[in-house]
Amino acid sequence: MFDGLTGRLGDIFDRLRKRGALSEDDVNAALREVRIALLEADVALPAVKAFVTGVKEKAVGTEVLRGINPGQMVIKIVHDHLVELLGSQVEDLNLEAVPPVPILMLGLQGSGKTTTSAKIAVRLKNRDKKKVLLASLDTRRPAAQEQLRILGQQTGVASLPIIAGQQPVEIARRAMEVGRLEGFDVVILDTAGRLAIDEELMAEVVAIRDATKPVESLLVVDAMTGQDAVTVATNFNEKVGITGIVMTRIDGDARGGAALSMRHVTGKPIKLMGMGEKTDALEPFHPDRIAGRILGMGDVVSLVEKAAESIDKEEAEKLAKKLEKGGFDLEDMLSQMRQIRKLGGMGGMMNLLPGMGKIKEQLKNANIDEKILDRQEAIILSMTKKERKKPDILNASRRRRIAMGAGVTVADVNRLIKQYQDMSEMMKKMKKMGQKGLLRQGLGALMPKGLR
Amino acid sequence: MLNWFKKKPTPDAPAPQPVPPPAPLVADEVAVAAPVEAVDADPVVEAAPVPAVIPELEDKPEKKSWFSRLKDGLSKSTSRLTEGITGIFTKKKLDDEALEELEELLIRADLGPVTAARLTAGLAKTRFGKEVSAEEVKDYLATELQKIVEPVAQPLVIDPSKKPHIILLVGVNGTGKTTTIGKLARQFRDEGKTVWLAAGDTFRAAAVAQLKVWGERTGCPVVSRDTGADAAGLAYDAVEQATKAGADVLLIDTAGRLQNKAGLMEELRKIVRVIKKLNPEAPHTTLLTLDATTGQNAHSQIEVFKDMVAINGLVLTKLDGSARGGVLVALAEKFKLPVHAIGVGEGVYDLRPFEARGFTRALVGLE
Repeated sequence: MFDGLTGRLGDIFDRLRKRGALSEDDVNAALREVRIALLEADVALPAVKAFVTGVKEKAVGTEVLRGINPGQMVIKIVHDHLVELLGSQVEDLNLEAVPPVPILMLGLQGSGKTTTSAKIAVRLKNRDKKKVLLASLDTRRPAAQEQLRILGQQTGVASLPIIAGQQPVEIARRAMEVGRLEGFDVVILDTAGRLAIDEELMAEVVAIRDATKPVESLLVVDAMTGQDAVTVATNFNEKVGITGIVMTRIDGDARGGAALSMRHVTGKPIKLMGMGEKTDALEPFHPDRIAGRILGMGDVVSLVEKAAESIDKEEAEKLAKKLEKGGFDLEDMLSQMRQIRKLGGMGGMMNLLPGMGKIKEQLKNANIDEKILDRQEAIILSMTKKERKKPDILNASRRRRIAMGAGVTVADVNRLIKQYQDMSEMMKKMKKMGQKGLLRQGLGALMPKGLR
Repeated sequence: MLNWFKKKPTPDAPAPQPVPPPAPLVADEVAVAAPVEAVDADPVVEAAPVPAVIPELEDKPEKKSWFSRLKDGLSKSTSRLTEGITGIFTKKKLDDEALEELEELLIRADLGPVTAARLTAGLAKTRFGKEVSAEEVKDYLATELQKIVEPVAQPLVIDPSKKPHIILLVGVNGTGKTTTIGKLARQFRDEGKTVWLAAGDTFRAAAVAQLKVWGERTGCPVVSRDTGADAAGLAYDAVEQATKAGADVLLIDTAGRLQNKAGLMEELRKIVRVIKKLNPEAPHTTLLTLDATTGQNAHSQIEVFKDMVAINGLVLTKLDGSARGGVLVALAEKFKLPVHAIGVGEGVYDLRPFEARGFTRALVGLE
């Protein structure tokens, strides 16, 4: 539904090809789109306004760099400003206090406090070698205490024994006491979810705060949160006082505008983000990733990292060596296709690539089958070893046989062979250019014509 | 007026006996019941001998009932909207600036930029340049919003010819599926129906225990397996057993999942596929729980869940907070899925029918 800022600004600036400094008109036209993009990404209105004003100041009069168009220039300014506001450096949890260090977890119902508590415990235990105690103060949701106990058990983190009937403040005191007596470094206090406007429950959490003097009070917020993020962050910050924010469900497809809203109203750092349901799926906050996502620019960094993780190094080296010798055969193409598959298929890659919004729409409209990779793999697998090594020998009758074997038409086989030829042409070009040439011409030089 | 909120829940329920507070009861029960069984052991049906009368649930909240909390919540969010509108329009001509501010107010209520722009444009067409009062503007807005939302305000009707009427609850993590099941179970039990529950969230730690507590509170048998068991198999057993027992309603819980996780969505399809083997019409109702604090991502949620498991109804949860669920307006327009109920708190009674007039008039601050 949303094609993001890149697409929007692309449309505006396609008509505008002049060089020189950005005029106020250019900037205003762009900022209208920026505003809508931010609102669609659920950035709260006050934050949007402040942001747009800030960008305008920076952008008007800026010289457009050679080699890029005004739209890209504006995007760069917008992106940089956004990263700056989101917090340019990564802030880790503060554990500078006499142990046991209390960490208080706060948030609305269903924002992910309990899971995040367990994740933080695992992180502190494995990375910082801390002895952590988990304590659930959630006496409201059925089986919430049990949930934290089980999570502790699964991850090998101690949890406070459950005493039925004990009230949250008492449990908090007992947790700190156990923490002191048994020599824990950190005590994580997981509270019940509460509405920021529920005076009674907010008073309860204030009492817990006063009884335990937490060093970190973390507000846990769902990345899908809408305009209400402002109310939630303001209320929790004013009434309880927070030291940082944890964004959860960043692995979903929400654009995560709440991050900017909450930074704007509280000024508190976003310290961590939840990236999945497993207990190790917690990462430090990456402002540039979230900035790119809010603007709908794709998550380039993530793609690079994901690629680094899932592409088999050995396989890649083997391929590189082969390329040096100039031989790229269908076996290599097959292994490449399998690598792509590991990255989540074409769709998965498209999601991560910037500027793909439009192409993705077109692909959708063209009804391109996601299973194309499967089919191509089947085609190559229907070839003999010899054919894969020496694709030149593929004559009409061989192609017919392969098509039968793979359950496709001869045209499909032809298409694959054409694709192979293009790729091998490209590889040769790359070799000729060498690394310097590649850098000068940019990756664009390698893209097939249609995509450039 | 907010008369739709005034339907007092079962005022004739017996006075609460001095029962221990629900929370400790929970912990106690859970500590005892946490059986270590083989993953694929036969499902356990908590043989709560279905009592004729629902056991005394929790004491009705006294100091702050759901009603007053709801009103608090409403006044918080609506007052902001109301003040804003009043601020713009008291004895003022409706000009571009005022319209822009109006648009922003709608955006702030999560209506989304597109819907907000359209409503504002509608106002501009009829009233531009005229003197308008805040009341008129609010009235216009409420009427427009109501027109959009009215068609989707439909109560959930249980088909008595289905034995049981199978309801599958799906949704993103933390939107309130299990809690909603508890409340629905209470409601159907009050209507005199026999209700069975299936603890289909076999992923999240203690989710099974959580549903069992709801089963006890509402006097409904719970079909369950241990955490980590196959959810589709559990659903199959639940359908089989509830059918054999001649239950009126079967509510199947599922694990929360983000809509962009293809593997998890496929798993959900499998649940549907498997229960269709026993009953080709099942599930008769597939409900998506939608958190009122959710912003524009709600579009993506509905799109994908509708595509994957053909959801045919919504429950809007957590409406007692400061978020008003304005995104629902755009959703109603785009997907036309019936909104069966709203969640307004954590207790068993905190489920109300969705009522368009109340929702929209409260949204713009008309009381």
